[in-house]
Amino acid sequence: MNRLLRARGLTKRYGRKHALRGVDLEVNSGEVVGILGPNGSGKSTFLKIAIGIVRPTGGEIEVLGQRPGAGLRKHVSYMSENDYLYRWMRVGEILEWTASFYDDWNDAKSQEIIEFLGLDRDSKISSLSRGMRGRLKTAIAFSRDVQLYLLDEPLSGIDPASRSKILDVIIREYRPENSSILLSTHLVMDVENLLDRVVFLSDGSVLLQGNADELRSQHDASINSIFIQLYG
Amino acid sequence: MTLILSDRFDENRPIYLQIVEKVKRAIIRGDLKPGDRLPSVRELAIMLRVNPNTVQRAYQELEREGLTFTRRGQGNFVTQDPAVVEELREKMRRELVRRVIQEASEINMSVDELIKTLEEIRNEQAS
Repeated sequence: MNRLLRARGLTKRYGRKHALRGVDLEVNSGEVVGILGPNGSGKSTFLKIAIGIVRPTGGEIEVLGQRPGAGLRKHVSYMSENDYLYRWMRVGEILEWTASFYDDWNDAKSQEIIEFLGLDRDSKISSLSRGMRGRLKTAIAFSRDVQLYLLDEPLSGIDPASRSKILDVIIREYRPENSSILLSTHLVMDVENLLDRVVFLSDGSVLLQGNADELRSQHDASINSIFIQLYG
Repeated sequence: MTLILSDRFDENRPIYLQIVEKVKRAIIRGDLKPGDRLPSVRELAIMLRVNPNTVQRAYQELEREGLTFTRRGQGNFVTQDPAVVEELREKMRRELVRRVIQEASEINMSVDELIKTLEEIRNEQAS
């Protein structure tokens, strides 16, 4: 098994506040890993460090065999939790504009996903609902053929119909033989059947991690119930 | 395979085991016949809305139990050995009845009482 991401004792401090307190986490090839935890537990910070837009205070991290940085963004597809889409653009323009940055952009796949998600290339971003913008961000992330997808809160603040569509795209486009996904979310119920492995974060530390089906057996409970017990 | 999809998952139990059980029930009912091809891992993952790795693990388990076999590059197929299917049917029947007896014992119901009640209910449903 190929290791795509490996973090050891990763810490991040913002002034006196600890965002991460020594996190060990790995992503192997062909798995979907979920970083789960309430808001402020350090999920987004971890992903931002992994893609290289935030520098760790301590510890080590290697992604696809390199230190996170500008070079890595060419090989990893990162979906930000922020609403970064330019509102004056049209859907088609955003796609073309994003495609121009990446050699791994797959136009045929992009077309297929856009169609599946019911997005119209001529729609203005400013006319899209939040759910539709979430769909578009997902489409952009999966239009690239990469080994590693990092999805930061792909479902947060999105209506149920769009959440369901976004999950369908993840399942349809995920190819275990070629890629892995690391996603963060606090909406555990939605991703219950999607995750191979889960990492529960709390206040910047790993509370528990393991294979999802093994955790269900051990605890005689769903990942969602374990989440509620851990944070309740 | 449409009937396989009819019920949802009990999320408190491993999902891959529940896929194994769904396929077994489809084989016993005859929805999947000896030699039938199972949906591809990806097809079933999309249908059931689960991670393809979970389906892959379920298929490996079915193969380990001798209920399916793989043909290279062609996919997974239901066993053509009728004895294996018969054995599965018998095993599932026994498991079901053991579960019922276990639950009955939890309310101090004897096997004789269970049989008596079963017959009563059968007569009620017949009339």
